[in-house]
Amino acid sequence: MTLILENVSKKFGSFTAVDQLSLEIQENSIFGFLGANGAGKTTTFRMILHLIDPTNGSITWDKDKIDYRKSDLIGYLPEERGLYPKLKVRDQLVYLGKLRGMTKKDAQKELNTWLDRLKVPHYLDKKVEDLSKGNQQKIQFISAVIHKPKLLILDEPFSGLDPVNVEMLKSAVEDLKNEGTTIVFSSHRMEHVEQLCENLCMLQTGKRILHGNLREIKRSYGKKNLRIETDFDINFVKQIPGVLKVQTYSWGIDCQIENEAVSQKILEQLTGKGFIRKFELEEPSLNDIFIEKAGESYE
Amino acid sequence: MNKFMTVFLHTFLSKLKAKSFLITTVLFLLFIFIAANISSITSLFDSEGEPEEQTVAVISEDQTIFEQLSERLEIGESNFQVDAVDTSLDMAKESVTEGAYLGVLHITMSNEGLPEATYYTDDMMSMTAEAKLSQELEQIKIAMATNQAGLDQEIISSIYEPMEFNTEQIAAGGTDGGSIKTEEELSGARGLVYVILFLLYFAVISYGNMIATDIANEKTSRVMEILISSSSPVNQMFAKILGVGLLGLTQMALFLGVGYLILVQKQEELVGGFFEVFGLSEISISTFIYAIIFFLLGYFLYATMAAVLGSLVSRTEDVQQMMMPVILLIVAAFMISMIGLSNPGSQFVTISSYIPFFSPMTMFLRAGMLDIPIWEIGLSILILIVTIIGMALIGARIYRGGVLMYGSSTSLKDIKKALQLSKKE
Repeated sequence: MTLILENVSKKFGSFTAVDQLSLEIQENSIFGFLGANGAGKTTTFRMILHLIDPTNGSITWDKDKIDYRKSDLIGYLPEERGLYPKLKVRDQLVYLGKLRGMTKKDAQKELNTWLDRLKVPHYLDKKVEDLSKGNQQKIQFISAVIHKPKLLILDEPFSGLDPVNVEMLKSAVEDLKNEGTTIVFSSHRMEHVEQLCENLCMLQTGKRILHGNLREIKRSYGKKNLRIETDFDINFVKQIPGVLKVQTYSWGIDCQIENEAVSQKILEQLTGKGFIRKFELEEPSLNDIFIEKAGESYE
Repeated sequence: MNKFMTVFLHTFLSKLKAKSFLITTVLFLLFIFIAANISSITSLFDSEGEPEEQTVAVISEDQTIFEQLSERLEIGESNFQVDAVDTSLDMAKESVTEGAYLGVLHITMSNEGLPEATYYTDDMMSMTAEAKLSQELEQIKIAMATNQAGLDQEIISSIYEPMEFNTEQIAAGGTDGGSIKTEEELSGARGLVYVILFLLYFAVISYGNMIATDIANEKTSRVMEILISSSSPVNQMFAKILGVGLLGLTQMALFLGVGYLILVQKQEELVGGFFEVFGLSEISISTFIYAIIFFLLGYFLYATMAAVLGSLVSRTEDVQQMMMPVILLIVAAFMISMIGLSNPGSQFVTISSYIPFFSPMTMFLRAGMLDIPIWEIGLSILILIVTIIGMALIGARIYRGGVLMYGSSTSLKDIKKALQLSKKE
């Protein structure tokens, strides 16, 4: 059940929203979709969901086209939240469940399980418009997963939630993956992607600028982060070749270095100058990579 | 098909249970009930408002005129009496303002020896007494004048007797008389045609709006994106049209059923009333069948248009603006058929009965009121069905793109954009 995008493009008139995108998303994994606003994430999701047809290229899932025959196997959480404001939570989820091919009985059973799990069982008979934004989001999430989809597409699933609820949904997403669901999700929040995804792809104005396994991406990026805490003034580190960016704090500095070797040169220069509290070499964060990659194409 | 039923039932049931629908239906039924009982209701108020019979004071130079007047008023059931008074005119006027009399009638004799009268009252609103008095005095004057001229009473009554005037239709096909609609049939048909035209007009506007608003609502609340990722938008569009259609039929059946029950109950009271005006008992079965066919086809045509237009707007507030062309079309169709009601054979009506947007009304009007060959009706139905199918096919494509469009503009140009969005480039 691999989801494969081959040279997919989508043009709206003269505007190219997605440009020659190729991806392979393995079954039973969580795949992260990164990109600034307007990078083409939502358009790509809509094409995967068969809501709009690609201008060029093909999208296959399990070697077959995706269309409405398969919609019962797919779950979707759109970026723009959408539920019937006047409908009660129960009626809403049963209706949306039935539209995904569930029976009324199954939908009711699943919906109770999910409401309990997300700790909102008392909202069963409330109208959606009377719920807070965060709770509406939980209902929206349930509507995407109630029918146990094999392929789940989550467009910005954690936006607008407090940290407790983010954790709750994150663990739900991980459980779904362990139960065998393939999950594709997009986010601006790099730490969410880092925590959840094994594989990811980054889009910039419709083009794929980064793609692959998270750890490999970080390794091949080369640059490292170095944190130094000392009792003496270490501003001279800026002058050492291979040091790219320096952020000075009261307790010391954070700097970005070209490669691991540079850290050893810095260490040599530091020794004997005074007391070193901390000297830590870190993998670059996805945030750093994103900012640099996204920044590059703006220049 | 399963999902089609889900959307269909959801649309039907959620609309049926909506407060606004229940309120409108109850209000309408109440209106029908009141309209049917209007005569007993007004009499209820009358008997309370005017418990005693009222009196008009008469000051007359000629006593015989007063006697004649009094006699005539007694025969021709009037709701007031006359009373001869001997006082002066001013005093009589005073007693009117005090409320003792409804008014004062002052009758004098002209030079030719004929009566002239002035009616004084403080209640200029109540015209009934005035009209009645003037009418009766007129009769007395005519009798006196003709008497003076020496004419016989019988000659006079024959002058005033209304002439017999009948209208009969000439069969177009010649002498095989069987296809001529009689005057009774025609007036019966006119009644039914009028009722159906009005119902169709009402149905298209209210249910069309309901469909368009429903779709716009789903777009505004953004639930649309989930819906169309679950089942095909085209499927949903038709499920919606049928769901609201069933709702419409339920409401219509309720109105007509209640209306019919009331009429049957009041049949005796209404002899010569409603049944004769609308002549419901005289109508042929085929007219009823045409009524149903054209009602359904008309609904589907306009409902499809409404659904497509509804898919183009992204805010509920813009629905009215977008629906304008549809409303204008149905108003035009209604206007043409109102003209056609008095002149169903006119060329204008004939032509419009082949134009799909007008034909549900105008062809039904012709079919109900004239005896036109069956192929003409068939042709019109065929054109209508082809248009509906064409509309549905194009509409489905516009709908598919339209539901994904979010923008502020509300013009028909959006159709092009919607088509582009749904089309494979």
